[in-house]
Amino acid sequence: MPTAAAELVFDEATKIYPGRDGAAVEQLSLTVPAGEICVLVGPSGGGKTTALKLVNRLIPLTSGDIRIDGRSILDHDLTELRRSIGYVIQQVGLFPHMTIEANIGTVPRLLGRERKWIKTRSAELLDLVGLDPSYAKSFPSQLSGGERQRVGLARALAANPSLMLMDEPFGAIDPIVRTRLQDEFLRLQQEIRKTVVFVTHDIDEAIKVGDRIAILRQGGRLAQYDTPQRILEQPVDEFVADFVGRDRALKALALRTLGELELAQPDGVDGLPRLPEDTNLRDALATLVAEHKDALLVVAPDGSPIGVATREDLLG
Amino acid sequence: MTGLRVAGGGPVIPSFGHVNACLKHNGWFCTVWVHDHWGDTLQPALIQHIKLTVIAVGIGFVIAFALALIGFRWRFLHAPIGALSDFLYALPSIALFELLLPVTGITTTTILIPLIAYTLFVLYRNIVAGLDGVPAEVLESARGMGLTRRQTFFRVELPLAVPAIMGGLRVVTVSTISIATVAAYLIHYGLGGPIFDALGQPDIFRTELVAAGALAVLLALAADGLLALLQRALTPWNRVR
Repeated sequence: MPTAAAELVFDEATKIYPGRDGAAVEQLSLTVPAGEICVLVGPSGGGKTTALKLVNRLIPLTSGDIRIDGRSILDHDLTELRRSIGYVIQQVGLFPHMTIEANIGTVPRLLGRERKWIKTRSAELLDLVGLDPSYAKSFPSQLSGGERQRVGLARALAANPSLMLMDEPFGAIDPIVRTRLQDEFLRLQQEIRKTVVFVTHDIDEAIKVGDRIAILRQGGRLAQYDTPQRILEQPVDEFVADFVGRDRALKALALRTLGELELAQPDGVDGLPRLPEDTNLRDALATLVAEHKDALLVVAPDGSPIGVATREDLLG
Repeated sequence: MTGLRVAGGGPVIPSFGHVNACLKHNGWFCTVWVHDHWGDTLQPALIQHIKLTVIAVGIGFVIAFALALIGFRWRFLHAPIGALSDFLYALPSIALFELLLPVTGITTTTILIPLIAYTLFVLYRNIVAGLDGVPAEVLESARGMGLTRRQTFFRVELPLAVPAIMGGLRVVTVSTISIATVAAYLIHYGLGGPIFDALGQPDIFRTELVAAGALAVLLALAADGLLALLQRALTPWNRVR
């Protein structure tokens, strides 16, 4: 599968609803590099969903511009623009009267793809999103919420878009399945490398999935646009600090794993807790606190010791 | 039961002669009469009745569908169209047949116009409700994926409205079969013909009344059953859950 990804630029994008005080999105300028996930996050009323829908013109811009690979969205034919962008929403919105295969084939069919191509493609996509190809002939009502959202993702990917818009895609799914879908989505993104705009109200989800995070405040003004690490370590103001939460230092720890630390030689390690190297620092610290220890042994997947990390090492 | 006593005191042999005993007593259901008059009375009436129903529901559906498209597309027209169909439905059927008689004469048109008018109320509202019932997120994803307005209508809204539309058709077909019998009060046509003939007899000809009435009921059940099967065939996604 080709892995084209587009660069997305918001250039003073503004949305003002007539008859309403203030803007919904105000002079939003930011650039999402090709192949990266940009998470729009903020309190309700922050205009994050509005900003997302400006991109595929479900909501028309009042002023400013949005460019995909340098070309203004206003220069695209509306239906062509939408067909070239993958769109995933919280309630999924699968067509209940169509089979899973027909749902996935929606945009390819509009683009004139043959039945056979669509059949092959949908089997391939079902596999990609972790569903058994036997689902092809099922109807959406036969699937669980998590499975439906996987199909929603497959449907958005069907015509191989260079840009994906995801509006709280995992928001309606129970926490355990949500975590799994987030993990699988990130694994998938490693493979397909799309440019993704991802809306959520959950800062933890933003930190987990975002390459960059744009925090929007009331009235659709951009408060900070940065990597998760920098947002957590150097919030630009009170609003951002408040929004990411008092535990932002702990959240920052969760972004790094034991494997990234410089470890001491594993000598005299009897009785130390053993943790795999892909454990994040936050979980590692939690383990030390729980077991009243000052150091832990980092082990490889096969269980062989790699090195020792102390409490001070974790807190850097 | 009458029988002739044969001279010589032999066994009593009932004679059916020309006048059947059941008929002579005006029984509730004399198979002899039904058998004898199937060809000249009941079957033609049944066929006429089927014709009336098919034409009335067919034309009613076309009109209601066109009106529903208008009311769905131009929302401000929905209430006036709905009110008109309510008004038509509220008219007493006998009065309407009587009113039309001087205009359209003793023709099936005089029967069809009210029958068609009565279908609009249920059909119009069911079609619009079906189209309105498409979940918002389904429309949103259709729009977001680049379906045009027309594609959204034919590929998404219309198929999803099928259960509501078929439900309306079933109600309307059954009620049309029933109302159509009343029309024969003025114009001798359909299963109402034999029904009113029977009622017109000095002490009501029960067999004809029951036979024609039963045919109307069976026709309604059969039509409803067929439409139910059609609905099943048209909506495979509703069969799976």
